[in-house]
Amino acid sequence: MFGWLRSLFGAGPAPADERVERPAAPVAKAPAAMAPETTMATTAEASGDDGGRDDGARYVIVGAGPAGVIAAETLRAADPDGDVLIVHGEDGPPYSRMAIPYYLTGMIDEAGTTLRKAADHYDDLGIRIRHGRVERVLADDGRLALAGGGSVTFERLLVATGATPIRPQIEGLDLPGVHPCWTLEDARDIVRLAEPGSRVVLLGAGFIGCIILEALVKRGVELTVVEMGDRMVPRMLDATAGGMLKRWCEGKGIKVLTSTSITRIEPATDAAAEGGGLAVELSGGETVPAHLVVVAAGVRANMAMLDGAGIDTDQGVLVDHHLRSSHPRVYAAGDVAQGPDFSTGGFSVHAVQPTAVDHGRIAALNMAGGDAPYKGSLVMNVLDTLGLVSCSFGRWQGADGGEQAERIDQDAYKYINLRFEDDKLVGAITLGRTDWVGVVRGLIQTEVALGPWKDKLIADPHRVMEAYLARVGTA
Amino acid sequence: MQKSLHIDPGKCTNCLQCELACSYDNEGVFNPAKSRIKVFTFHDEGRFVPYTCTQCAEAWCMQACPVDAISLDAATGAKVVSEWLCVGCKVCTIACPFGTVNYNADSGKVIKCDLCGGDPECAKACPTEAITYIDANWTGLDRMRQWAARTDAGSGAGASASA
Ligand SMILES: Cc1cc2nc3c(=O)[nH]c(=O)nc-3n(C[C@H](O)[C@H](O)[C@H](O)COP(=O)(O)OP(=O)(O)OC[C@H]3O[C@@H](n4cnc5c(N)ncnc54)[C@H](O)[C@@H]3O)c2cc1C
Repeated sequence: MFGWLRSLFGAGPAPADERVERPAAPVAKAPAAMAPETTMATTAEASGDDGGRDDGARYVIVGAGPAGVIAAETLRAADPDGDVLIVHGEDGPPYSRMAIPYYLTGMIDEAGTTLRKAADHYDDLGIRIRHGRVERVLADDGRLALAGGGSVTFERLLVATGATPIRPQIEGLDLPGVHPCWTLEDARDIVRLAEPGSRVVLLGAGFIGCIILEALVKRGVELTVVEMGDRMVPRMLDATAGGMLKRWCEGKGIKVLTSTSITRIEPATDAAAEGGGLAVELSGGETVPAHLVVVAAGVRANMAMLDGAGIDTDQGVLVDHHLRSSHPRVYAAGDVAQGPDFSTGGFSVHAVQPTAVDHGRIAALNMAGGDAPYKGSLVMNVLDTLGLVSCSFGRWQGADGGEQAERIDQDAYKYINLRFEDDKLVGAITLGRTDWVGVVRGLIQTEVALGPWKDKLIADPHRVMEAYLARVGTA
Repeated sequence: MQKSLHIDPGKCTNCLQCELACSYDNEGVFNPAKSRIKVFTFHDEGRFVPYTCTQCAEAWCMQACPVDAISLDAATGAKVVSEWLCVGCKVCTIACPFGTVNYNADSGKVIKCDLCGGDPECAKACPTEAITYIDANWTGLDRMRQWAARTDAGSGAGASASA
């Protein structure tokens, strides 16, 4: 039965044929290895005014987030002769939104948020980065129109423009002191306003809201969280896990108001101003003073530039199993793309880092003329809320008629719930567990038939790693 | 020729020398919970299976890292976590379909096998040759790669298309 392990383990580093050749980042542990000065020097150079200049490349990528950058690197490896140009709508070198919380806590500086640390990474690979905002995609002409004039021609285009925070219809949302937390620029504002002891109201306790929550608490602010849903992270955690998370947060002194919304934000009256410059009115009638309101009420895809281009869109840019849009020259990847959904067989926006990365790689392989069909994204999240780590994978809500396995230890803040369809694992939630947890992805996405291990998991759902080891080779 | 860890669970006696050597060498403590290799037990079958990162070609961990904290050691082929750059976001721990990147709450960073720079302590510590460090040039490779390709995303198909 375990003969397969010979092959599983014997496999060393495979040849780098389909690998994205990425120059090794510094692995040294010495701070000097990071060379922030060098990185930022590139920034200054790269963010120079690109004016209204006309430009073009075989492969043009709009957006310099993880989807765009991985796509550029993959294109470089898959088609060494094809020139690659990234149009980057923000200042500075490509960075990672995911790194923002760690910038907020002071763990890293701005240079630490960059997606690639080697100063000459893009130059070395011959990937050009041009700063500017794309206003229109003229797909039939193979041309982009930039804000401020200038155009960029392409043979193949990747739209990797990510998403923008939704602004709920709330009076006072445009007041100074109200900010989303999506870009590095937003983060700079928050750093300025969220000082130790200041009062902060966080609108939204979804996945992103909860990530920001932790960063705000670590900045030493006095935090109130307002969530419309009946629990925290309602789209990632079930009622049990969401309830445990809320109890955990309250135990840490955070005020969490679920089933509550903000009805209005006003400048505070003089008397109330001591508590902050804003008065935040809640649906229950209460008013909370605040120096800062952080809005994390969800995002929507950045695809206005495709208006009139005749490209099919829905929640995002609709792409097929090759990440190609309804226009043969245009592909989409990451938060902006509504692509194949591994779990439902339909098409979904899964706005998370692992999907952006997979999308970027697969889209690029296809853009370069390969045939790399995508099996679809599996939604997965990991969240650390002041030391309590929660994860969810795939169809954690369960499959019709599918069985489940569950272990709850309320006192220890430990929870695991596995969802099956027939004898396959299709979804899971874990709370308070971090070890070997990625194997849940492996079990779901390889669609391993669990056989006798389904019952063993129902008896003890924590044995996911053992189930994988036992079943993978025989599937 | 690059080498890789080769594991023969039939020879494993569950002595846990590998876990102790790994945690001591990497974390300075004899604590299996801090080891990057773990022996999983199947008591009903009396089997013990040492398990760690295979340094797979797809390197989901490295791809998913938002801050470039995981890089390829060109000499060994290992995917190596920079403790300096890692911010502890844990995305790699869920992206790795083998489950072999783990979060260390004490350091606030992730840990994974880095082949000890080319001289793995687990292999040296193993008294029964259940874990050896040998030339990667052998037949099991294809099977492993096929399996990995099933995980996500057309990477297998992409490999042939872009080769
Ligand atoms: C605070 C925060 C924390 C997060 N934490 C996590 C987490 O823990 N785990 C997780 O999985 N995900 C997390 N996410 C989500 C994750 O960051 C996104 O899923 C990911 O960044 C998507 O990558 P992308 O490349 O598709 O888009 P983005 O990273 O949004 O990049 C889009 C790029 O397009 C550019 N752009 C947009 N419009 C234009 C235009 N018109 N012209 C030119 N350029 C344009 C932008 O400037 C940007 O460079 C977090 C997000 C935030 C904000």
